[in-house]
Amino acid sequence: MPWDRNQIAARAAKELQDGMYVNLGIGIPTLVSNYIPEGMTVTLQSENGMLGMGPFPTEDEVDPDLINAGKQTITELPHSAYFDSAQSFAMIRGGKIAMAILGAMEVSEQGDLANWMIPGKLIKGMGGAMDLVAGVGRVVVVMDHTSKHGESKVLKECTLPLTGRAVVDRIITNLAVFDVVPGGLKLLEVAAGVTEAEVRAATEATIVG
Amino acid sequence: MKKVYANAAEALDGLLFDGMFIAAGGFGLCGIPELLIAAIREAGTRDLTIASNNCGIDDFGLGILLKTRQIRKMISSYVGENAEFMRQYLSGELELEFTPQGTLAERMRAGGAGIPGFYTKTGVGTVIAEGKELKEFDGETYVLERGIVADLAIVKAWKADTSGNLVFRKTARNFNPPAATCGKVCVAEVEQIVPVGSFDPDHVHLPGIYVHRIIEGPHEKRIENRTTRAA
Repeated sequence: MPWDRNQIAARAAKELQDGMYVNLGIGIPTLVSNYIPEGMTVTLQSENGMLGMGPFPTEDEVDPDLINAGKQTITELPHSAYFDSAQSFAMIRGGKIAMAILGAMEVSEQGDLANWMIPGKLIKGMGGAMDLVAGVGRVVVVMDHTSKHGESKVLKECTLPLTGRAVVDRIITNLAVFDVVPGGLKLLEVAAGVTEAEVRAATEATIVG
Repeated sequence: MKKVYANAAEALDGLLFDGMFIAAGGFGLCGIPELLIAAIREAGTRDLTIASNNCGIDDFGLGILLKTRQIRKMISSYVGENAEFMRQYLSGELELEFTPQGTLAERMRAGGAGIPGFYTKTGVGTVIAEGKELKEFDGETYVLERGIVADLAIVKAWKADTSGNLVFRKTARNFNPPAATCGKVCVAEVEQIVPVGSFDPDHVHLPGIYVHRIIEGPHEKRIENRTTRAA
């Protein structure tokens, strides 16, 4: 069985290390915070101006002045800090954030990422994604391996407008885990109950090693 | 010089003109200058270019200026929550300059700091860098982005003292400080105006040198995406 959203998030949580400052994107990446191992300190950055993002509030704790980058209400923690957007992206651009875990529409074997625009259909905007992939230490992408129609989203070349070129380090899909390496993608893991042949059949990108 | 004004209309008096460039603070509906936006709608100023991370929603925030067709161009990073925006953009009535969020914040900061341009890796190899100067530093490619100087900055803070020193609250700070600094004139709306001396000078987030006019008012502070957990 392919991994579901929560299983992808749980796998992505294994990328976390004690003491890391991490930015989680919207969607499956947000779920990663549910799987931070007990006893590990990971500080979550919200690019609208906060370090130390806490859980969602109870009904009594809801504060319109306290939201995450997905505009959801959140809470603060004892070590939280607030700052403005220019400083927020200074720490992103300056390489102070160790890792970003982001969603993807398409990814390529060179580590190109497309996750912000479908021409003629979806023009929501890139938000902070272009800044994150250009600036953070390590980019981990979580995504479905194929489209609803069964077409591979792990490609030789992205077809959609790029968010960044050669920026992805690791890809975690519902079928497998890859690293971007010279010449293509290196298959690291296959989801339980999925065969390597199935992964290869669903992958357009070159698998090396 | 008196910085405190009675209301948004008075605070904007003499500052608005058709075709002007406005920088606005806020992220989503959090920390937006909702009273000043409403006053600009009432004033009917047209052909506006607005630099703001988002463009509100259909009936709140900058979205209300879309409805009245007062905006000609937006400089934003994310406009996903607004159906009227999509309609006007797809029909060619509204111009849009997509700018990555961090680049937008830095363009405002730079403009306010007297820096006309800066190089960043953000957007290199994407449509964002098309037509812009590229330059290599230490083997990496960077793109030149321009600082923003706006005719007017409109921002929201939590508290101001009567000299214009501002204090923000939690994530409602967001784009407000960089937007304030890049305006030739800055008008701030706050929830409370307090006498000078009320703030510890060490705790001022934005010094009053950047803030020319202040108003106090009740804020709706609408929540865009209320998400809760069980108590």
